[in-house]
Amino acid sequence: MKVLVPIKRVIDYNVKVRVKPDHSDVDLANTKMAINPFCEIAVEEAVRLKEAGIATEIIAISIGNKSCQEQLRTALALGADRAIQIETDESLDALNIAKLLQKVVDEEQPQLVILGKQSIDSDNNQTGQMLAALTGMPQGTFASVVKIEGEKVNVTREVDGGLQTVALNLPAIVTTDLRLNEPRYASLPNIMKAKRKPLVVRPAADFGIDLTARTKLLKVTPPAERQAGIVVESIDELVEKLKNEAKVIS
Amino acid sequence: MSILVIAEHDNSSLKAETLKTVGAAQKIGGDITLLVTGFNCQNVVDAASKVNGVSKVLVADNAVYEHQLAENVSLLVTELAADYEHILATALTTGKNFMPRVAALLDVAQISDIIDVESSDTFVRPIYAGNAIATVQSLDSKKVITVRTTGFDAVATDGNAEIVNLDTVKDAGISSHVSDELTVSARPDLGAASVVISGGRGMQNGDNFKLLDGIADKLGAAIGASRAAVDAGFVPNDMQVGQTGKIVAPDLYIAVGISGAIQHLAGMKDSKVIVAINKDPEAPIFQVADYGIVADLFDALPELESKL
Repeated sequence: MKVLVPIKRVIDYNVKVRVKPDHSDVDLANTKMAINPFCEIAVEEAVRLKEAGIATEIIAISIGNKSCQEQLRTALALGADRAIQIETDESLDALNIAKLLQKVVDEEQPQLVILGKQSIDSDNNQTGQMLAALTGMPQGTFASVVKIEGEKVNVTREVDGGLQTVALNLPAIVTTDLRLNEPRYASLPNIMKAKRKPLVVRPAADFGIDLTARTKLLKVTPPAERQAGIVVESIDELVEKLKNEAKVIS
Repeated sequence: MSILVIAEHDNSSLKAETLKTVGAAQKIGGDITLLVTGFNCQNVVDAASKVNGVSKVLVADNAVYEHQLAENVSLLVTELAADYEHILATALTTGKNFMPRVAALLDVAQISDIIDVESSDTFVRPIYAGNAIATVQSLDSKKVITVRTTGFDAVATDGNAEIVNLDTVKDAGISSHVSDELTVSARPDLGAASVVISGGRGMQNGDNFKLLDGIADKLGAAIGASRAAVDAGFVPNDMQVGQTGKIVAPDLYIAVGISGAIQHLAGMKDSKVIVAINKDPEAPIFQVADYGIVADLFDALPELESKL
């Protein structure tokens, strides 16, 4: 089966972001960027399906400016067969991203689309579900186990009370949780090979979708700073402070 | 304006978080309808009818909604949405699952995880693991919103709303429920507990989490964990507090053997009082802790338990 894996270029997860002084957005100039950790897990899952003889072709796709080709090359080095970049300079709402992905799903007809459950920048947790709605496919979100069983995929999902397993008709959408797998590192030979794998660039405008923004970012501010606390010397002192100063225990 | 709030429940009880989502709806302002979708959920319907500020409870009680499959619930909500300007759900795993599907079917954007309401179209939400706070205006005619409950006060439960049974049954027929593997615990729910004690990699193994039990019992606390503790297999994933786990804001949060990575802080830094127990004085957790103690947790925990 063909597997489509949408990936996103985001700020590296270890970087502490700075808000711009004019409060227009966060400052991403000269910060380290990387493939979104959940997307990396999605790529790994697709590669494992290929290694298991289930997936036949893996297509990585990213939407953004030229710089996201770097993350597509990473996906190719990890085992994707080919890549598509949908070129745009705009930062798109999740719904518009899902609409572009829907067009690619229509063209490529994958049996499975694996996405990360959320990107660590916008923290929306929307795109997979929206793509499922637009394509009319079932969805297995927050997946920690994915098992293809004939015409269906069984997805074990991380839910509030524990785990839930659902059976989805294929084709289906899966979004990854952290426990799904541990992504591999790309080896140097694979990084070199990835440079020769096909990467097609397609302008977003060619898809004929109205990409007008649905939301407007009015301002971005730093969160309230917490007051620096104190270090106590003993458990007795800690208990005394919690009882009499903070009054959170009795 | 009219607002539809989708109740969060497990077919037997209405989750306390729903009361906070209704609190968010009141802040937007308008006539509030609560929707209960489930199966054999009469208790939930009774509880829902008592939620203050709610004028009407819509009930869709049918086997197709038993496990709140997104494919089915989203079809129902999308149909009901015609009568409402705002559609709200709690930003727990159920709401996060079906709401974006609703938004896409309605062809509108979704505003996720709001922590405050500025006006009927402008909302505040954290981004970048809570390291920046965005104020976002929705330009769509309908607003589809998930609510982070730590940002809002719960409404009271002495109301008396009208109950209306729906007879529409929406079954997409493309997904089915196979099984649940739920964690059974007598302790309070992580999201609703007023005290939370969490362990991290410093706990070293799953057995050592028992050291937290006695303290949790004495404080009536829920037990949480960092991602490191979950990934190492010490405890199940539904105990994870953080950017991608549960977001908590209890009166007291005790972090034991947790270094305080950005992703963990995102899930607990709105707690009223934070206590850190860690043997590394340089651990970032001390930068947000109100009270810190630099000590080996294997000495500190038994002593703390004995002195509470």
